[in-house]
Amino acid sequence: MTYRTTIEKKPTFKKTLMRLGRHERVVRTIEAIRDISFDVPHGTVLGIIGVNGAGKSTLMRSVAGILPPTSGRIEVHGRVSTLLALGVGFKGDMTGRENVVLGGLAAGLSREQLDEKYEEIAEFAELGEFMDLPMRTYSSGMYGRLAFSVAVNLEPDILLIDEALSVGDARFKEKSFDKMHELCASAGTILFVSHGLRALRKLADEVIWLHKGEIAMRGEPREVSEAYKQFLDLREDDVADEDV
Amino acid sequence: MNTVAERSETGTFATEVHVYEPHKVGLPPLGTYLRQLWRRRGFAFELARSDLRGKHYNTAFGQLWLILNPLFLGLVYFGLVEIIGRGGGSIEFLAHLLLALFAFRMVSGSVGQGARSVVGGGKLILNTAFPRTLLPLSSVLTCFFLFLPTAAVYAVVHVVAGLPVTPQILWGIPIIAMMVVFAAGAAMLVAAVQVYFRDLTNFLRYMLRIWLYASPILYYASQVPEKYQPFLYANPLYPPLTALSESVNFGHTPSAGLLVASLGWAVGAVIVGGVFFISREREFAVRL
Repeated sequence: MTYRTTIEKKPTFKKTLMRLGRHERVVRTIEAIRDISFDVPHGTVLGIIGVNGAGKSTLMRSVAGILPPTSGRIEVHGRVSTLLALGVGFKGDMTGRENVVLGGLAAGLSREQLDEKYEEIAEFAELGEFMDLPMRTYSSGMYGRLAFSVAVNLEPDILLIDEALSVGDARFKEKSFDKMHELCASAGTILFVSHGLRALRKLADEVIWLHKGEIAMRGEPREVSEAYKQFLDLREDDVADEDV
Repeated sequence: MNTVAERSETGTFATEVHVYEPHKVGLPPLGTYLRQLWRRRGFAFELARSDLRGKHYNTAFGQLWLILNPLFLGLVYFGLVEIIGRGGGSIEFLAHLLLALFAFRMVSGSVGQGARSVVGGGKLILNTAFPRTLLPLSSVLTCFFLFLPTAAVYAVVHVVAGLPVTPQILWGIPIIAMMVVFAAGAAMLVAAVQVYFRDLTNFLRYMLRIWLYASPILYYASQVPEKYQPFLYANPLYPPLTALSESVNFGHTPSAGLLVASLGWAVGAVIVGGVFFISREREFAVRL
């Protein structure tokens, strides 16, 4: 998946005119994902690891349909729920409740489905009255809890999680892990990106190691994480293992 | 994006299948896109509703405030025209001015708000796959709902001015509808361009102001001197605004030429704006 992006933060007419005179090019072509081909059977929990910039988030977004591929084909059977690093809230001025409703509607849920699910989501997130306060008043942990709650409670067939496993306080973390186990057990498919190798070993059936847009290795969690650790020349201690 | 959505009876395994393939010539298969768009129309309405709630649309005082602003603006313009001495200062002219102004603001508001809709929707665009056209369309919905109470105010002025209440007033409905469609196309166009040129909103401020003066709002179209008439015809809002004036203000059936021109502009805007937006929308996620 190749995309063009500009290295200017805020492209404007003025800058474009200035650039034209100097024949500069600020649009970069980035080959985020080169040649990848893989199948994930239903009910698999797939972990994805790789160094920063390897293409993991792009891969997740492609599977979610947010970034269509420039070549090739992606086939997804089932309803996808995403928990991508930036979370659910998109308008800080609106309340948690409004953001959840909007997020659900944007994801294609009907009003009835959303009404049903809303109570469960609110309960799981345990935000209490904060649901009716603007999201800009939330702490980042609260934000993450709501996002996680939305993603897992929509009864997805396929759950995509991008580096968002470590949200919330210890109690919420426990709850999340339990919920993840539940989802794994109910034959749901989970794809998750994590830098916490222990989480990968605990939860994943299989792990893919992505490097520079290609699959470097695919196999059992223990094997792949060992190879990955060796590649990165990491020390044998807890830092790499934990999702701190 | 192709989606076939059916759930099996037990509901355990959805047989929804999504297939993502590169778009040929930038446009995704339109049938599916439009179906997806229709399916998520609740989102556009809900977003408009939240926006209006933020503007206190659902309270009496909120609505009052939303009416007073354009009403005062209209009165100021009326006063200005009186001083310059061209408008004639009659209450019929005030009625014409108000109606045209309110309808114009519906379109200009859609364009202004629409321009910010995509760049302002950053996180949602990055996290969820949905037809991005819902964002500018929700701006159009908001502005349409803001137009409704002002239309009620106009009705009062119409009666007070003693203008004829004829069945011709019903022409106002299709004309406004065409203006809404035009606004949708324009909103989509500027929303997409804004992603590439972030200072578009700065230019838009001036362009919308000039557009206001170039439309037959502060004057009647018939008052425009010969040499400026061509500029008038080049204005996409000239046909609908004039037709609106003819039918609602003065009770004549609007001329077919004006109606056809309004329709043409509306359809053209949606096609141009829509195609431009939809063919570029997958780039938004990487450009925001």
